[in-house]
Amino acid sequence: MNANDNHRSAVPLLEMQNVSRHFGGLKVLQDVSFSVPQGGVFGLIGPNGAGKTTVFNLITGLLPVTSGHIRFQGDDLAGRRPHQITRAGIARTFQNIRIFKEMSLLENVMVGMHAHLSYGPLGWLAGTGLFRSEERRARDRARELLSWVKLDHKASDVADNLSYGDQRKLELARALATEPRLLLLDEPVAGMNSVEKTDLMHEIRNISARGYTIFMIEHDMRFVMGLCEHIAVLNFGRIIAEGGPEAIRNDPQVIEAYLGREDDETHPQGAPA
Amino acid sequence: MEALNNFWSIYSNLVLSLGINALLALSIWLTLSCGMLAMANAAFMGIGAYAASVLTLNYGWSFPPAILAGMAAPAFTAFVIGKPTLRLSGVYLAMATLAFGEVVRIAVLNTESVTGGALGLNGIPQLTEWWHVLLAVVLVMAGLWRLRRSKVGRAFEAIKEDETAAGLMGIDVGGHKMLAFVLGAAIAGLAGTLNAHLTFFIGPNEYGFDRGVEILTMAILGGINSLLGPVAGGVILTVLPELLRSVGDFRLVLNGFILVLIVLFLPKGIWDSLRTARWLGGKGAGA
Repeated sequence: MNANDNHRSAVPLLEMQNVSRHFGGLKVLQDVSFSVPQGGVFGLIGPNGAGKTTVFNLITGLLPVTSGHIRFQGDDLAGRRPHQITRAGIARTFQNIRIFKEMSLLENVMVGMHAHLSYGPLGWLAGTGLFRSEERRARDRARELLSWVKLDHKASDVADNLSYGDQRKLELARALATEPRLLLLDEPVAGMNSVEKTDLMHEIRNISARGYTIFMIEHDMRFVMGLCEHIAVLNFGRIIAEGGPEAIRNDPQVIEAYLGREDDETHPQGAPA
Repeated sequence: MEALNNFWSIYSNLVLSLGINALLALSIWLTLSCGMLAMANAAFMGIGAYAASVLTLNYGWSFPPAILAGMAAPAFTAFVIGKPTLRLSGVYLAMATLAFGEVVRIAVLNTESVTGGALGLNGIPQLTEWWHVLLAVVLVMAGLWRLRRSKVGRAFEAIKEDETAAGLMGIDVGGHKMLAFVLGAAIAGLAGTLNAHLTFFIGPNEYGFDRGVEILTMAILGGINSLLGPVAGGVILTVLPELLRSVGDFRLVLNGFILVLIVLFLPKGIWDSLRTARWLGGKGAGA
């Protein structure tokens, strides 16, 4: 641990500070605090209904926080609308895939570049040189991003025709097109078979290696343990543990949250690895 | 030449209505392409028609500035009512915009000093030339064609498919919906202005519920996945009643029956670019 590392961890990319979210009387999140450091892969795990997706919905501005603060690069995100948060540098994928099904793969990714195309109304009305060069740049960049997830050979196919695993990869490429600093992945391997999982783990490592900070929610313990350097565990709306994969694996509270108490006598077979 | 002159003297009104209806269908296509079922286009047409007609009739404005005013008035109105109503979606937006249409109709009925009330405006100068209509259709289509191929068109389509995902792509969803609504209103106003200066007379009932449904039918019937669809729908809905004139009393029954058949068997509209491509491709392979 050198001085540089210390400095980086002192300024987190994303910081949740005492964040709560209530739906009427239901307290989905209570005093959740954690921070995602710059660089690397951060994981948030927890049983079904622990409030993980709500965390993402709060960060991306789809829901307002009931109390507390979410800071991105030091700026409070309160009151910002989803597109403003995206433009600030946060992109996400969805647990239930939300690609634009009737568009081609290329168009899907180009939609993600919307805010980065710098031509005005005159540009598209008159078809100026700027319009053409910007559109060409967008198309080239979209192809490049598709090639990152190895979908470039299907660029002009309609997105709806893709396999489930490929749709997830497309969503990943589309999220990258918004030029994020932080990439939120909501259960990226949900519903995938083991080949697709290995494949996606590889893609996520590649993306991480390109310098994007990744923050993922995941159920699949093997996947999380294999990818994340830092993990937080959410249960019933509270953070119950935080640390490296090894520490999380051996944390008694985490084991209890996932497997139940020792005196239950039953040990399900798919115990976290 | 003689035959052509004859044809024109009989059918010029019908031919020009084709263009005006095409414009109306394109105006609602804009909001539909952005995933909004807004039914205010007949009202916007009326606002444009009245604004321009009052200016040419009572204030002696020349046609070009009157056309601009006939587009600006509904566009501004759309901006004002769009602020609260565009938050609604689906049928709720349709209901709110329909209600707005009624408000406009009743407002026109009750402002007799300006609009002539139920009697309408009479003696509007016939300033619309055939090439005005043609030019308007060509310009609007060219503009919309360019729009479709830009980031704005992609944003509309993204909003239509999934509003939440579109917002998270950095697209200002509210702003783009407003843009579609205001541009659609301006085009409807253009159609209204051209129509008013063609028909000599306008009255409040021309811009009511019936007209609103007709505009929507043209766009849906033609197909909203391309620009040619609404134009084709506008043409069919204008020409079909004329072709069926020989049937006499059962004209409107047959007219409705044909529309039902088209919607049943071509649910994506007459002009579905994918299907057309498949047909052409199939023929090419067979030849």
